[in-house]
Amino acid sequence: MFKKILIANRGEIACRVIKTARKMGIATVAVYSDADRNALHVKMADEAIHIGPSPANQSYIVIDKIMEAVRQSGAEAVHPGYGFLSENMNFAAALEAAGVVFVGPPSPAIEAMGDKITSKKLAQEAGVSTVPGYMGLIADGDEAVKISGEIGYPVMIKASAGGGGKGMRIAWSESEVKEGFESSKNEAASSFGDDRIFIEKFVTQPRHIEIQVLADKHGNCVYLHERECSIQRRNQKVIEEAPSPFLDEATRRAMGEQACALARAVGYTSAGTVEFIVDGNRNFYFLEMNTRLQVEHPVTELITGIDLVEQMIRVAAGEALPFAQSDLRINGWAMESRLYAEDPYRNFLPSIGRLTRYRPPVESATTTAVVRNDTGVFEGGEISMYYDPMIAKLCTWAPTRAGAIEEMRLALDTFEVEGIGHNLPFVAAVMDHPRFVSGDITTAFIAEEYPDGFQGATLDEPTLRRAAAAAAAMNRVAEIRRTRITGTMDNHERKVGVDWVVTLQGQSFPVTIAADREGSTVCFADGEALRVASDWTPGQPLARVSVNGAPLVMKVGKIPSGFHLRLRGADLKVHVRTPRQAELALLMPEKLAPDTSRYLLCPMPGLVVKINVAEGDEVQEGQPLATVEAMKMENILKAERRGVVKKISASPGASLRVDEVIMEFE
Amino acid sequence: MTDILRQLEDRRDLARAGGGARRVAAQHAKGKLTARERIELLLDEGSFEEFDMFVRHRCTDFGMDEDRPAGDGVVTGWGTINGRMVYVFSQDFTVFGGSLSETHAQKICKIMDMALQNGAPVIGMNDSGGARIQEGVASLAGYAEVFQRNIMASGVVPQISLIMGPCAGGAVYSPAMTDFIFMVKDTSYMFVTGPDVVKTVTNEVVTAEELGGAATHTKKSSVADGAFDNDVEALAETRRLFDFLPLSNRDRAPTRPFFDDVSRVEPSLDTLVPDNPNQPYDMHELIRKIADEADFFEIQKDFAANIITGFIRIEGQSVGVVANQPMVLAGCLDIDSSRKAARFVRFCDAFEIPILTLVDVPGFLPGTGQEYGGVIKHGAKLLFAYGEATVPKVTVITRKAYGGAYDVMASKHLRGDFNYAWPTAQIAVMGAKGATEILYRAELADKDKIAQRTKEYEDRFANPFVAAEKGFIDEVIMPQSTRRRVARAFASLRTKKLTNPWKKHDNIPL
Repeated sequence: MFKKILIANRGEIACRVIKTARKMGIATVAVYSDADRNALHVKMADEAIHIGPSPANQSYIVIDKIMEAVRQSGAEAVHPGYGFLSENMNFAAALEAAGVVFVGPPSPAIEAMGDKITSKKLAQEAGVSTVPGYMGLIADGDEAVKISGEIGYPVMIKASAGGGGKGMRIAWSESEVKEGFESSKNEAASSFGDDRIFIEKFVTQPRHIEIQVLADKHGNCVYLHERECSIQRRNQKVIEEAPSPFLDEATRRAMGEQACALARAVGYTSAGTVEFIVDGNRNFYFLEMNTRLQVEHPVTELITGIDLVEQMIRVAAGEALPFAQSDLRINGWAMESRLYAEDPYRNFLPSIGRLTRYRPPVESATTTAVVRNDTGVFEGGEISMYYDPMIAKLCTWAPTRAGAIEEMRLALDTFEVEGIGHNLPFVAAVMDHPRFVSGDITTAFIAEEYPDGFQGATLDEPTLRRAAAAAAAMNRVAEIRRTRITGTMDNHERKVGVDWVVTLQGQSFPVTIAADREGSTVCFADGEALRVASDWTPGQPLARVSVNGAPLVMKVGKIPSGFHLRLRGADLKVHVRTPRQAELALLMPEKLAPDTSRYLLCPMPGLVVKINVAEGDEVQEGQPLATVEAMKMENILKAERRGVVKKISASPGASLRVDEVIMEFE
Repeated sequence: MTDILRQLEDRRDLARAGGGARRVAAQHAKGKLTARERIELLLDEGSFEEFDMFVRHRCTDFGMDEDRPAGDGVVTGWGTINGRMVYVFSQDFTVFGGSLSETHAQKICKIMDMALQNGAPVIGMNDSGGARIQEGVASLAGYAEVFQRNIMASGVVPQISLIMGPCAGGAVYSPAMTDFIFMVKDTSYMFVTGPDVVKTVTNEVVTAEELGGAATHTKKSSVADGAFDNDVEALAETRRLFDFLPLSNRDRAPTRPFFDDVSRVEPSLDTLVPDNPNQPYDMHELIRKIADEADFFEIQKDFAANIITGFIRIEGQSVGVVANQPMVLAGCLDIDSSRKAARFVRFCDAFEIPILTLVDVPGFLPGTGQEYGGVIKHGAKLLFAYGEATVPKVTVITRKAYGGAYDVMASKHLRGDFNYAWPTAQIAVMGAKGATEILYRAELADKDKIAQRTKEYEDRFANPFVAAEKGFIDEVIMPQSTRRRVARAFASLRTKKLTNPWKKHDNIPL
């Protein structure tokens, strides 16, 4: 076994690999850029080597710099993680030439599968079912339009070298093909240094289901069942689970066997993932093979009990797989939520900044539930604009799907992240969505269920009442504390009353609260009584409450006469007032937010790449107005309605803050 | 007998009806509560004791003798906020537009005299069209009687003004002399002369909102200390502020039970100050992480944001915080920030509220605007305020403490009790670049040499240890343990006794 390995990556995956290496008694070497000087993976590793400036194309994806770090550290093997150089055959080849072991497949296998066009041909040859599409190189937008017409709309435009949704677009019309082709090409060039693009048919009612394979250097190849990754936003996975709620045993086996056939056909070793698209009739088509460890690998680990990183390292060291296909069973159900530094209330635009608070749920493992959090950040750390916005992967496991979902709901409610915008509320809302809970999902789930973006979840009446009862009980504690101030008039102290009105989500609940030693009983006007117990004290940002014996976890902030509560994807201003206060509060006029519709505001901190219009131009709804780049993604800002551009305040190259005015309309 | 008792109730009902149902409805339609409703929300339920409910005006001119409502347009009395005594007056816009008559003023004066005598704060809710014209000079005399009491009460009992409707002309000077002014957005305004007069005299066209609305006074003029969305919120937040304040200058700052760890360690503070000395960070985060339960009541948050002022609690006791804000103008001192902080420091000192000062200041803002505006005297106000303050003073330097601004910000030399610095502190006469350019003027042409000199200067002076060697810094502390260190410092100062030499009063550079 190796004595020392280098991890050519950053963030949560670097931390993840370091954990397993440490468990195996292998010393670890981290590499870091300027922006990652104080990053978690640097702190966790036994040694760390600086490899250059913050942009990845000057540090993490520069082969020479990684090779130099390998030489300097004397590492015997390199684990590439995912992204960056993980699927770069030149990197694998360079390591091989230097006599350093690449913890991954041999470079010819990377080459074969790394190109989507070649990989599709190889898959067809290996008897794997594939999607119709155009395999050749496409010169320009016009050719792309012609090809798309032949395949039939909708089509998917993809970067040959792509992954993770970068350089990928779906087009439903000629104009979208033109626009998508250009931006995919640009993104592909900047992210992968390879701007080749291909086009294929976009399968409807599609589910994204992938097979995890593992092969050793002794000819053994097994599949570790599937992961369903259909919950995606703009082709970026958000929630994954294993197994899939959709597959039957026969389909699972067929997909698994085809995946292994492909792996064998290209001489694959190490862990890899064969991605399929599955339609409503369980027809499945090969999408691509990822020749690396996948982001969502933990769900597979949770249902199989196998540490994939460990197996990758053992295979790399020449060991044979210690299990056969027949040993691999599915145990229980696992869910993964990807926590992104993206603001769901601002159309998921990247958010950067300081993590003023970061408290993930406590990791735990019992026979009935597991909570696991793979993370690469820490409280007080900085989310920079240079890298992927994913900051953690929260996983839960339970014997059943419903159990795993319930564990995930609680874990998400417990997860505290402040200082940046993040998608926790959105993921929590999905976990409560009846369609998700039923398992009836497709890759269009988010687009269909949240067509106008996400404005926060709406709580159902029972949950609302539970939150209201908790708020009433918490308010009582806070009010009693207020009366315990020094300097009160003896014998004329304030008495905290028992009648309160809780207002939340546009509803008012008059309640009566009776407290005793163990907690309090909150009675609603219709006679319903909820028993509330909690150790919450004023000022605690997280309240763990038991309502009628069932747990409720809420993030708590303070507002005048009440609380700001966040739970289950809902973001609520909750007022707890005496009946008289509530009566008078009703007289207060509602204040409307100022009208900003005449402005195009920068929706995230970023760099203006392009301004598409000039002052005086008349623009149509949906017409691109400007392109802002943030976190390596080009975001095209489009006109929300027809109008005339009055004034343009930002120019290409300008670095803008959130809500800074880009242009004004008449 | 029952008839006589009954008569009292009838008279009370009449007085409570104010200007009648129609005017009350009009008040509500404007989004405003009535004088009595405001008192109900401000005070503990059922605690209000009214004075002078049956007082009527004595004016006989202009047919006023025909209309003499009980109470005369202002409701006065006392009650409690969370059990602590407070005197209140609330002008009733439904009665003669809340205009101030001789008797209206007498009612206010009566409760102010009581407040001063008994040592309890005064909260005034202003909603008045101005002087009662029919009474002429008697009304003006009434204002001045109130002014005189504001002045006498200043520094003896806290005075808070809530502007909840019009407040114009002479009427503005009573709130102006109180400790805090809060306004209600969209329904209140304050000015000495209204839009009509402005137009006549200067030809300037301006709305009442632009001239004296909440935005104007919280952002531009700094007349107001804060603004709230509506009456209900304003009154709830006033209760919150009240809990930070002592009842009078004879009392200590109040304490209440707290649910926070005195020794709470915040590892994230170790990374608060960025590696790049020119990169800003939000000082609010440090304030919240030092405070009990992250509770911070900010004063004047929309004005001169390069300095932050407000109240927190440490171990349950009120503490006034003054902090440079690197996010705005690099946290420098200027005319506005000096005035804002000076007034806050003097309030804390007058009412025995300990002061915590958090320092990251690159110096005073340069420029003709500042010099012509008299930054010398305005800056001196803050210096003076800190120097004369005898309350416990704890200072933490997080990063820059340059030049004269270092002296001003509650330095050791201004009788700071505990002067801490983080390891990231740079206490020096100025930044390294500026210093080397003066010290090595002859070498300016040689860029490499100057860079070398700058580096040497940084290594030698851009740290807290030069000051610590001289005893100007009592200790260099770890950022993560700031709460514990500050809490222990204040705990040790509970018995502090310090008095300034006797004087009639000082002569602060006003």
